[in-house]
Amino acid sequence: MQARRLKTAVAIAAVAALAVGAAGCAESERDGDSGEAKTGGTFIFAGAGDPKNFDPIFNDDGESFRPVRQMFDTLVSHKPGTADLTGGLAESWEHDPAGKVWTFKLRQGVKFHDGTPFNAAAVCYNFDRWYNMQGAAAQANMIYYMDVFGGFAKNEAEGASESIYDKCEAKDEGTAVLSLKKYKGAFPGAFALTSLSIASPEALKKYDANTVKQNGDSFAYSAFANEHPVGTGPFTFGGWDKTKGEITLNRNPDYFGEKAKVDKMIIKIIKDENTRKQELRAGTVQGIDFPAPADTKALSDEGFQVVARPAFNILYLGINQKNPKLKDLRVRQAIAYALNRQQLAQTKGPAGAKVADEFMPDTVLGYAPDVQKYEYNPDKAKQLLKEAGAEGLTLNFYYPPDVTRPYMPNPQEIFTILANDLQAVGIKVNGVPRPWNGGFKDDVQTFGKQDLHILGWTGDYNDPGNFVGTFFGRGKAEFGDQAMTEMFDAIAKADGTVDDAGKKAAWEQVNRDIAAKWLPAVPVWHAPPAIVVTKDVEGLKASPLTDERFNTVSVKK
Amino acid sequence: MTEPTTQAGAPAPRSGKEQASGAGRNRLSDRKKARLDELAQSTAAPGGVSLFRDAFRRLRRNPAAIVGATIIALFVLVAIFAPLIAPHDPVQRFDALTDQLTPNNIAGPMDGFPLGSDELGRDLLSRLVYGSRQTLFVGVLATIIGLAIGVLLGAIAGAVGGWVDNILMRITDVMLALPALLLAITLVALASKSSQWTVIMAVAIVNVPIFARLLRGSMLAQRESDHVLAARALGVKQRNIVLRHMLPNAMTAVIVQATLTLSVAIIEAASLSFLGLGDPDRDRAEWGAMLGDAGVRYFEVRPELAYYPALAIIVVALGFTLFGEAMREAIDPKNRR
Amino acid sequence: MLRVIVRRLLQLVVTLIALSALIFVWLRNLPGGPVDALLGERATPETRALLTKALGYDQPILVQYGKFMQRILTGDLGNSIRTGDPVTEVISRAFPATVELALAAMLIAVGLGVPLGYLAARWRGRLLDHLTVVGTLLGVSIPIFFLGYLLKDVFTQNIHWFPPSGRVGIGLDNTNITGFFVLDSLLTREFDATADALWHLILPAFTLATIPLAVIVRMTRASVLDVLNEDYVRTAEAKGLRNRTVRGRHILRNALLPVVTTIGLQTGALLSGAVLTEKVYNWGGLGTLITDSITGSRDYPILQALILLSALVFVVVNLLVDLSYAFIDPRVRVR
Repeated sequence: MQARRLKTAVAIAAVAALAVGAAGCAESERDGDSGEAKTGGTFIFAGAGDPKNFDPIFNDDGESFRPVRQMFDTLVSHKPGTADLTGGLAESWEHDPAGKVWTFKLRQGVKFHDGTPFNAAAVCYNFDRWYNMQGAAAQANMIYYMDVFGGFAKNEAEGASESIYDKCEAKDEGTAVLSLKKYKGAFPGAFALTSLSIASPEALKKYDANTVKQNGDSFAYSAFANEHPVGTGPFTFGGWDKTKGEITLNRNPDYFGEKAKVDKMIIKIIKDENTRKQELRAGTVQGIDFPAPADTKALSDEGFQVVARPAFNILYLGINQKNPKLKDLRVRQAIAYALNRQQLAQTKGPAGAKVADEFMPDTVLGYAPDVQKYEYNPDKAKQLLKEAGAEGLTLNFYYPPDVTRPYMPNPQEIFTILANDLQAVGIKVNGVPRPWNGGFKDDVQTFGKQDLHILGWTGDYNDPGNFVGTFFGRGKAEFGDQAMTEMFDAIAKADGTVDDAGKKAAWEQVNRDIAAKWLPAVPVWHAPPAIVVTKDVEGLKASPLTDERFNTVSVKK
Repeated sequence: MTEPTTQAGAPAPRSGKEQASGAGRNRLSDRKKARLDELAQSTAAPGGVSLFRDAFRRLRRNPAAIVGATIIALFVLVAIFAPLIAPHDPVQRFDALTDQLTPNNIAGPMDGFPLGSDELGRDLLSRLVYGSRQTLFVGVLATIIGLAIGVLLGAIAGAVGGWVDNILMRITDVMLALPALLLAITLVALASKSSQWTVIMAVAIVNVPIFARLLRGSMLAQRESDHVLAARALGVKQRNIVLRHMLPNAMTAVIVQATLTLSVAIIEAASLSFLGLGDPDRDRAEWGAMLGDAGVRYFEVRPELAYYPALAIIVVALGFTLFGEAMREAIDPKNRR
Repeated sequence: MLRVIVRRLLQLVVTLIALSALIFVWLRNLPGGPVDALLGERATPETRALLTKALGYDQPILVQYGKFMQRILTGDLGNSIRTGDPVTEVISRAFPATVELALAAMLIAVGLGVPLGYLAARWRGRLLDHLTVVGTLLGVSIPIFFLGYLLKDVFTQNIHWFPPSGRVGIGLDNTNITGFFVLDSLLTREFDATADALWHLILPAFTLATIPLAVIVRMTRASVLDVLNEDYVRTAEAKGLRNRTVRGRHILRNALLPVVTTIGLQTGALLSGAVLTEKVYNWGGLGTLITDSITGSRDYPILQALILLSALVFVVVNLLVDLSYAFIDPRVRVR
């Protein structure tokens, strides 16, 4: 086998692109879709971690979703650059007044990568596949499915809730009708979840996709998930070289939407943020995800395009009401007043970080413009503590020292600063570092050992239930009090409201009450995660949901 | 009193050269053992006062030893008088510094803050000064704990001998064979939560087998030596022989090794911080953590956050190495004239 | 002899079983773990319960361990928690990377260290000697991750001589046979890939070589000095033997013996250094694997396998060496 250095390959590709350029233009004019001209070449993007596998339904993290999003489409999708919904594989959709029957009008003439047609039967095959999934190993990997639909035809876990999925019927080739047992506010946003992407039924069967083998204390996934992911997306699967950490995706010439401009996309896995930046500078990659906040200014000064995604996340300081002192609203308010969140955002937030007043970004339906705000006021904090008789309070503050999240670029520093603020009003803070996967989530979310903790969330789709509902919709060890029934009821009612106006009003009231009456946590900031590309890269549309599809991207030569 | 004692009965400590000529003896643990045995042998001679006086005389004439000792002395003095030297409280955040602080800007030197700010708006100079304390604390404690456990094991093995010796030495062999940092990483990982103590313990345990082997070798070498035989003939109790005669003599080699271990311990603690397994408390100023964490992270924003602690670590490590090597040379029987 | 071997093998089995039980039970009693790592922020009590069940963590620890041993005995080390790949596959992917790096570093350390040490000794007290002594002292005093950071910053960011990370250029289409990229590309005559792999190897190898280099230089210098003072060298020189003959036949040969010893001794240090170097240069070898499986995904099957493998390798090598002693030198009694 003859070796080809990358540069050579690129050069050949560039020459080839030039040579067929004229023909390509002519062709695209014939097609009548000018502006979709293929520019060729390879786009190399640095990701931050290994994907798990490529079967959308078994994944739930951004590193796995990045390649999956290039290969698969969802029924409903997001307008590029926003969290607003638009047609995807379904051109339009409607529901009955009760919100239980959803009718999707599907796009015609779409083909999966293996050449099989996309139609209503394929859609229903996917829904049925999820609902009828068997085995604890497979079910345990379907985090998003469980989040949206609750349970399975046959639940493997005891105490798991009943599924709200009823059935899916292919009315005709282009119409799929989905019936639910119960309405949920998550719809239709949830149909845009990457996990619920539509895969080729033929390939799912052929490559045995439903088999997740449990091997001792680990899982082994199917050939579909590892070697043959087949969807409808703008790129087809080229391979995953695990020795080098490179995922190769090839242009899908038959894509129904805007066809990919580049011939090939490589996702190179570089776990260290500093190294990602250095490779970008060296010119070996054309784009990187999640630059360190410290680097963004330097990179943009050097001519790189630093694109801040609109913040669709929240960092909060959780308060555990298991501690009787913290059951007193005045103490929780004192904590809120004690924090200089403005200064925190300025000193440690990524560019564009904004102090949060509510537990959802203002682009989400139901954001109330007029909630009670807690401006930095240490004197007021001291006074409230005095009134509540909680002077000399000592609190255990849990934080994960070893992790970087888009909403929490450096937990150690954030903790140190917040703890400092609390000490300043006379609250004694006992910092408890726990590794992210080595006890932090267990201690905080399962056992509720903490008094205070920092944690956050990146939204999955544009729905208040995905933010506020997730945090405060039911009793959680995280916030201690299992009996905040007033809050749980209000949220359940808002989530069950089907008409938009009523939903908006209900959620706004929930947000006002959370800020003024319940204050189960203090919202800290919304931090926009950035994505950086070289100045030769055009057409990148950064998504607040990190839902970037790279078919629009071209690399200038 | 300087002729080498006979070592009949004890496994003969081999000199480096004999070692290498032995067939197939290139394995790692053997080499480490050999080096330690050599050092152990150096104290086998019943020297008493004259040995120390001798060694001290040689030490005083060695410029490397003087440089090393000066660095160590300065380091210890700064650590002791840190509160007097440091201009500020090392954990206090100052408005003058935080005002200029953003993710891509950390304030440089200004009035009252000669080295400027650290990554959280605290006085860098004060943190460096206090850092000497924590660094000394981590290094010394890790060494002392490693030494104590090692000496205990080594003394038991050396004094009792037989199957106890056999088992203890098998354990230390396994530990010696593992790469030091890998062992430390595994230990930190096996501790459920990381803290300053996990770092100290990990670095300490890595050093246990070194001290154990060293002490055992030295004790074995002495077991048949004249003064011990004499003591035994006079009817001195076994316990007293071990405590009064064998241990004090063996300790010389141990102390030399401890000096060398200190520099390694400081660097290892820094490495653990770099790997994200260090002390997570950002209030505590310790050079290794300052370098391995913020120093590396803000390297482009303000490289001084890395340079100063790195320089401090290098100089102190150099000091301990110089002094330790000079001590080793001084007590080396080859150099006794 | 045979009895000894059988006894030692039995000892080996007992040691490994004890160690595996210890590690197994210990890891399972740590807080958090794979369940947390797989669930991220989205954990709910239901998903947690389901995953705990699916992974078999809800069973008694003895049952879990029994199943684990059963699999181990059939040669199955389990799968990675993160990707589901067989652990053996994951480890055999990382192994050549580390060996390639360590070999390159050793080559640099010996290739530079021995001549430098020799010259320093021959020219004792001259400038080169002083520089060498100071350099070696610095070499063992600087934390190598920081040195790697500096080298990387200077040579990949300020002057673009070397690539910042990885083992070959991204998207390079080279054939992978053994996983040793340099060797593979030579075998398949893909010489531009060889050049590329070597180009990526230089900075990490130099970083990793610092400590062994410093130690080897000092050792060579010291032992050459020793030999120079030996009578036979003086005799040879007095006899008027040509300088080259003395150097080749007497000095180097005798001086190199302890140096060879030192090289063996530095192997452990190399592996420690590899953990740090690999992190700095995104190298993707065993060092990266072990830190990742601890700090990141809590990939216990991988961690378990790595610890057991290193113990196995150690004990087996130990046994072989002991046996070879007995074989070569009958005076040594194998216990």
